[in-house]
Amino acid sequence: MAKVIYRAGDDVSTDTIYPGRFMATVLPSETPQFCFADDKAFNGALQKKAFEPGSVIIAGQNFGCGSSREQAASTLKGHGLIVIARGFARIFLQNSCNLGLRTIICPTIDAEVGDDLAISDTAVRNVTRGGDFPIIPLPPARQAIIDAGGLIAYTRRRLMER
Amino acid sequence: MGMTVAQKILARACGLPSVAVGDVVEPAVDLAMSHENTALVINQFSEVFEGTGLAPTVWDPNRIAVIFDHRVPAESAKTATNQKKVREFVGRHRITKFHDVRGDSGGICHQVLAEEGYDRPGHVIVGADSHTTSHGALGALAFGVGATELASVWALGRAVNIQVPDTIKVVARGRFSESVTPKDLILHVIGLLTAEGANFKVIEFHGDAVTRMPMSGRLVLCNMSVEAGATSGIVPADAETVRYLREEAGVTDPLDLVQPDPDADYARIVEVDVSTLAPQIACPHTVDNVKGIAAVAGTKVHQIVIGSCTNGRLDDLEVASARLKGRKVAQGVRMLVFPASWKIYKEAMRLGFLATLIEAGAVVMNPGCGCCLGIHQGALGDGETALSTTNRNFKGRMGNPTADVYLCSPAVAAASAITGVITDPRQKD
Repeated sequence: MAKVIYRAGDDVSTDTIYPGRFMATVLPSETPQFCFADDKAFNGALQKKAFEPGSVIIAGQNFGCGSSREQAASTLKGHGLIVIARGFARIFLQNSCNLGLRTIICPTIDAEVGDDLAISDTAVRNVTRGGDFPIIPLPPARQAIIDAGGLIAYTRRRLMER
Repeated sequence: MGMTVAQKILARACGLPSVAVGDVVEPAVDLAMSHENTALVINQFSEVFEGTGLAPTVWDPNRIAVIFDHRVPAESAKTATNQKKVREFVGRHRITKFHDVRGDSGGICHQVLAEEGYDRPGHVIVGADSHTTSHGALGALAFGVGATELASVWALGRAVNIQVPDTIKVVARGRFSESVTPKDLILHVIGLLTAEGANFKVIEFHGDAVTRMPMSGRLVLCNMSVEAGATSGIVPADAETVRYLREEAGVTDPLDLVQPDPDADYARIVEVDVSTLAPQIACPHTVDNVKGIAAVAGTKVHQIVIGSCTNGRLDDLEVASARLKGRKVAQGVRMLVFPASWKIYKEAMRLGFLATLIEAGAVVMNPGCGCCLGIHQGALGDGETALSTTNRNFKGRMGNPTADVYLCSPAVAAASAITGVITDPRQKD
């Protein structure tokens, strides 16, 4: 069971997920401290490790739009979060697959903070309120990267095959 | 079925006679660009080679461009140290297209790639920056990637697992009326398509308004295509592309002016008559929240910004300088000017534009991304409002989540600098 800990609206940009003024911090081991840095309450709770890994951010359309900064994916992954969105912006989705941040495309998802979700391969079930919301599979090109364990592992394998 | 420009470029880069939308392909990359985030690219690149027994080697040091622009000169010890690491890496790997922090070359990466002649029509260009879409202005297929994806390109020389995208055709016809510019056209198009309307798609620009448009305007269209979510924006190469590359960028090698097939299949066709457009404003806090200027005219502003990879070119500075000649920036308004490159800076200095702007009260900064992304050089105070020729107005974008950012053309920015409120440039002052 995965608990919803945050609800984001449509068009949440990478400036919200990881504000530009922290871009000098690049290493995935260091980026989690600035996750949603301008939302003091949420960032504070994340820093205090108030949430279990595998907790869920629910988002609307076009989550992760804007800058290609990879910190936006690594900062969420660092907290072990899952993002379930009605839709993702292209570069953010690619960065997430490349780094192994779990992203789920669920165009009708409806859930509130505190709800418990059961996630299968094909649907998200809102256990608290009822309702099954179908998942759109990731593009095969992205799934192949995830199956390889991320883009670094995938590239390493390709390099060794030469 | 014929192919779009994106399909043709991908087919060539894959050595295939054709590709279809949805195919997963691995195009050879002609140019891989990054800026300060090269520090992260280097980290990920080194990890790729871990445990392989192979020495970390880039596939082609002549096809990698590294340009410092996001935080120049360094705003912190951390950035300075990152830049130092990148400088050492670039030297060790003999990367030739490197532009350091110095006044005799360089500037914003997207301007530098164009004016140094690194861009070519028909090429596949990837950049660890979302505004890499800019280079479609020269007829290339150019798209933004994350740092790890760029590290993968450095290792393999190919972009792996690329899905051939659909294309939206935008046809812009007619002549712009006075003080209406390519910036107003692209803001209008983003408003029509919405912030995700072109997500996973390419925008191809056509029509006589585009054919007549100089390279500076085409760069604006393609630069901001990503604000509709587009993978790439492309203006099919033509006589203006050749003129720019030969006369301004000094390119002498043969050019492949890739054209779409007449029967190419488009996901959607959007037609715009530019002669009916008024100056457009993107209002807080999304770029697709676009209104005609009448809806927001009179809004008080605290900071005016002219610059960035979108609108920091010579013609933009010329418009601003012509408007501000003999006039003053309103009291209580800070006007910041960021030329897009040192080449532009020096030319604007020679032509007197910078002196005029400074005399009017503007602060002319060194070329770079400046305050566009809120790192340094011009943060906003609590509750303040900026009117800017840059490309994003997201909450927090200029360093303060309680501030508002409106986006506009240089003509609107300059007219508003004098009055201190959002002002229609067609109105005489």
